[in-house]
Amino acid sequence: MSLFYFVAFVAIFFALMTIFTKNPVHSVLYLVVTFFTLTVHYILLNAQFLAVVNFIVYMGAIMVLFLFVLMLLNLNEDTEPMKSNLVKVMGVIAGMCLFATLLGALRVIEPSNEIVTGNTDIGLVKHLGNVLFNEFLLPFEISAILLLIAMIGAVLLAKKEVKEIKKA
Amino acid sequence: MEGAFILEKLILVVIVFTISLVIAMYSTLAERKIAGFMQDRHGPNRAGFGGILQPLCDGGKFFFKEEIIPAGAHKPLFILGPTLAIITACISSAVIPWGQTLTIGGREVVLQVADINVGVLYIFGVVALGVYGIMLGGWASNNKFSLMGAIRAASQSISYEIPMGLSIIALLMVTGTLSMGEIVAQQSGFVNWNIWAQPLGFLIFMVCAFAECNRVPFDLPECETELIGGYHTEYSSMKLGLYMFSEYINMFVSSALMAALYFGGYNFPFMYELGLSENWITIIGVLVFFLKIFGFIFFFMWVRWTLPRFRYDQLMGLGWKILIPLAIANIVLTAVVIVVKDTYF
Repeated sequence: MSLFYFVAFVAIFFALMTIFTKNPVHSVLYLVVTFFTLTVHYILLNAQFLAVVNFIVYMGAIMVLFLFVLMLLNLNEDTEPMKSNLVKVMGVIAGMCLFATLLGALRVIEPSNEIVTGNTDIGLVKHLGNVLFNEFLLPFEISAILLLIAMIGAVLLAKKEVKEIKKA
Repeated sequence: MEGAFILEKLILVVIVFTISLVIAMYSTLAERKIAGFMQDRHGPNRAGFGGILQPLCDGGKFFFKEEIIPAGAHKPLFILGPTLAIITACISSAVIPWGQTLTIGGREVVLQVADINVGVLYIFGVVALGVYGIMLGGWASNNKFSLMGAIRAASQSISYEIPMGLSIIALLMVTGTLSMGEIVAQQSGFVNWNIWAQPLGFLIFMVCAFAECNRVPFDLPECETELIGGYHTEYSSMKLGLYMFSEYINMFVSSALMAALYFGGYNFPFMYELGLSENWITIIGVLVFFLKIFGFIFFFMWVRWTLPRFRYDQLMGLGWKILIPLAIANIVLTAVVIVVKDTYF
């Protein structure tokens, strides 16, 4: 339990650092550490597959792409565009709304008396595969199609640009 | 967890760590010797008998060189770059099964540091992490050539991770498990080696391994003729040494991975027919495994001194337009073969 609290503290600490740091590259690196702590959380829950996939996809691929774009744009503190006051105010209002919603949602929750101890091996690859391909086959396939659409969209966007350059 | 178990694993970790470092050290010598052989010259032969002490001299030289951190560099990240590179290179060997069990005084010792049930994916994760070392080092140097090298490294590694993953998926369909220990154990003897079931998958995996290690013909991140030294242009002293070392350790680990996943790991032909005791089979198995690894390391070097470097668009074209479709075709082919085999045989 103490391990959980420690990891949770580290996760929240680095999540806050992600927001508060001024340098975009530092921000990305803090986010990488945050994702790493989430991976540790998954391992604590004995969800090894999810842990490793989180590690590969978020830390290994998505954050590398973030860093890649930041390096290409070469953003740093001096080039950060100043946001107008209107945007700032709107940001504060939106954030407060989210906070109120979360607080309200958390107030309603009552901790259940009985501790639910399901199958602790549910996070292992074999069990996860069985559940995904039997019980939740339809949602699984639909999310696959969703990803496919995003992929085709990305390819289409990239293609369009090439054609315009050729015309000009 | 009992104390003896922790001690046993600790000893194993230290041994594996030492072996990877020593092999990385002597790979530098082997590389230069092989280059010499291919170019019809001697190679380094002054330090010790036939140049055997050359890696020690090089290491000492690295330690005594002046360490320079450029004025415009981002200091913490500049130091973090090579650190991350060497750490990720060293931790990936944790899931490789080096041999079967040794029985020492009634106690069974498994020659594998950790047989986690997602071993293959773990290696993927660590490989994916490895690119941070190069990217951060290249960016923190505050040098255009370094940045170019870093960006090339990032896009190259992401592009080649995809066909690598797809070729592994086909392998997993054959083996039915993600645990490295089980994958190797399944390939006992000679006919069960995965290379016979997955020749195309192996070819794709090997090409991707070359790209992930930044080895010739895919060494564009450090392409001397265009980028001076690529991502490590600004590095000097042992920091440069760590980058070079991590490259050689990566080469060792990916050789071990290829040997374990496709060439049977510690399995050798007629291993149970010769009437050897269990311990002898294990010891010979470990030696055979290292022989296979050295074979692959030699192949890496052979390619380096034979093939010219790719152009960058050719590299991307190969990755996205040839390897990925081939890997997907391999998956489909494997699936069809498995289904036909299950229904009709």
